Amino acid sequence: MSILVIAEIDSHGIKAATRSAITAAGQLGGDVHLLLTGSGLEGIALQAKSIKGLSKILLADSAEYAHGIAENLTPLLVKLAPGYSTVLAAATSFGKNLLPRAAALLDAAMVSEVTQIIGERTFVRPIYAGNLNATVAVPPGLALITVRPTVFEAAAETGGDAAVEAIAATGELGKTQFISRELAVSDRPELATAKVVISGGRSLGSKEIFHDTLAPLAAQLGAAIGATRAAVDSGMAPNDAQVGQTGTVIAPDLYIAFGVSGAAQHVGGIKDAKVIVAVNHDAEAPIFKVADYGLVADLFDVVPELTAALKQ
Amino acid sequence: MKILVGIKRVVDYQVTVRSTADGKGVETAGVKMSINPFDENALEAAVRLKEAGVATEVLAVAIGSAANQDVLRHALAMGADRALLVETDAVVQSLQTAKIYRALVEREAPQLVMSGKQAIDDDAAETAQMLAALLNWPQATFASNVQVADGKATVVREIDGGQETLLLALPAVISADLRLNEPRFIKLPALMMAKKKPLETIALAELGNTAAPSLTLLNVAEPPARKAGRILNNVAELVAALRAEKVLP
Ligand SMILES: Cc1cc2nc3c(=O)[nH]c(=O)nc-3n(C[C@H](O)[C@H](O)[C@H](O)COP(=O)(O)OP(=O)(O)OC[C@H]3O[C@@H](n4cnc5c(N)ncnc54)[C@H](O)[C@@H]3O)c2cc1C
Ligand SMILES: Nc1ncnc2c1ncn2[C@@H]1O[C@H](COP(=O)(O)O)[C@@H](O)[C@H]1O
Repeated sequence: MSILVIAEIDSHGIKAATRSAITAAGQLGGDVHLLLTGSGLEGIALQAKSIKGLSKILLADSAEYAHGIAENLTPLLVKLAPGYSTVLAAATSFGKNLLPRAAALLDAAMVSEVTQIIGERTFVRPIYAGNLNATVAVPPGLALITVRPTVFEAAAETGGDAAVEAIAATGELGKTQFISRELAVSDRPELATAKVVISGGRSLGSKEIFHDTLAPLAAQLGAAIGATRAAVDSGMAPNDAQVGQTGTVIAPDLYIAFGVSGAAQHVGGIKDAKVIVAVNHDAEAPIFKVADYGLVADLFDVVPELTAALKQ
Repeated sequence: MKILVGIKRVVDYQVTVRSTADGKGVETAGVKMSINPFDENALEAAVRLKEAGVATEVLAVAIGSAANQDVLRHALAMGADRALLVETDAVVQSLQTAKIYRALVEREAPQLVMSGKQAIDDDAAETAQMLAALLNWPQATFASNVQVADGKATVVREIDGGQETLLLALPAVISADLRLNEPRFIKLPALMMAKKKPLETIALAELGNTAAPSLTLLNVAEPPARKAGRILNNVAELVAALRAEKVLP
């Protein structure tokens, strides 16, 4: 049977996280279809058609799908899902909001935040902030799965030629009204997908110091700037900069943590980084247990020195 | 308006958990247990709505063994008026949890159900959305601000890269992010008072059929350890090491 991937779009079109979900779907075997929902999708449908690995695009282009409201999308999923063995989406805030809602109405098994596909019915997912990995099997019948986008490479944007089929809209629940969305604008790369991430903890002290200390180095490295929850909560960094269990899970090539203690909830979000560097003046800080390279030093000495060294 | 709040008893967030010797589960024997941190945020929001005169009653609900009385007493001390334990020794997964909640919603008729956005043991983040679906209610997950007025809830939600605002017609389900508020510190008099508040226990079977498709746990293991790291002496050594790793130009 075929697999249905639920697409997520933003102002640039289909998100890279969706292409990661398409890769994961490919690992399950069978045809992969993509459900594209939103309002005014002509251009995006063309973009979807050429993604590698898809045989069909289901196009549900209607006003009630404009803001990705789960209450409006669920009836569509409930209508389409019985034709598939698995319904899959990226474990983004969109996917995590939507799939459990659909699973409940379908009375189907739900597996969230999958990091490894062992077989068609067997999956690995992190539990306890990533301290442990659980291997779970789903019962026979339909399963809904969200996959962690950082661990599956995004499917290529070109090379495919899927058929496009228009799908009738299912209407509005009428109990949820979209008011507004504020997305952070930054001249830095997106945290979730950046190749290099540097982050700071509580010890940076203030919003100004956080910025003035880290921004020149980030610019030098072409890096995204992350933060610990402690730094976010004390107003030094914006909410969407938080890295970890309750923030963004990242897997950059290089992660450098400045003044980060290395609490389990933070480490759970960086474990898949290729190289981890920790700079902390406390040699006993738990972050050194996961770091590939460590400097036991004051971050206020290291950051300017490193920035200068990279300029050479 | 009555608010029902979900309270899960989980391994304390500061404990480093291990898998059991047979690799089939998580070692919880002798481990410190606490109220799920996100549930404290949900409860704090509900209690504040009561203090503001918007809500009339806050009901804390836990599903699990008799040991859950400790987290429910904690919830009562934080300001819940009443607590209800749905007692079972079985492992209850998200969809069954949602079905149990649906049965309680039918019994108690709350206008708002609040839960944590996720339980920090299974990290599922599913129950609130499932319950909203079963009730055909609107939902706002990962809430960082909740205002209730005129039968509607205005909710700011944390989404990837920013936030969005939704207006929900009550009744509704809202799941709390840590940023929703700072849960209050419980003082001794509140703890003493909590002992006098009602804590009702009902057996799971009394709620009728709540069976749901469930996942089979095959194995629990620690993630592969990262290779041992090296402490370097200075920035020059670091730059050289990162260039050798080809992660720096
Ligand atoms: C349910 C839950 C979810 C959570 N989710 C997250 C999450 O997603 N992400 C997250 O990050 N946290 C999360 N946390 C919080 C987490 O437990 C820690 O409290 C937090 O990560 C600590 O942040 P920190 O390292 O900045 O601060 P601290 O723990 O205070 O550590 C500061 C570190 O900086 C070092 N330091 C101080 N000054 C200097 C200096 N001048 N030079 C070098 N080093 C210095 C110190 O030695 C120390 O190690 C969560 C907690 C809970 C309960
Ligand atoms: N056994 C339980 N008892 C009470 N509340 C629960 C239980 N399981 C889940 N919940 C609620 O649902 C939320 C989300 O849990 P989960 O979907 O498991 O991540 C939790 O934060 C609780 O508020």
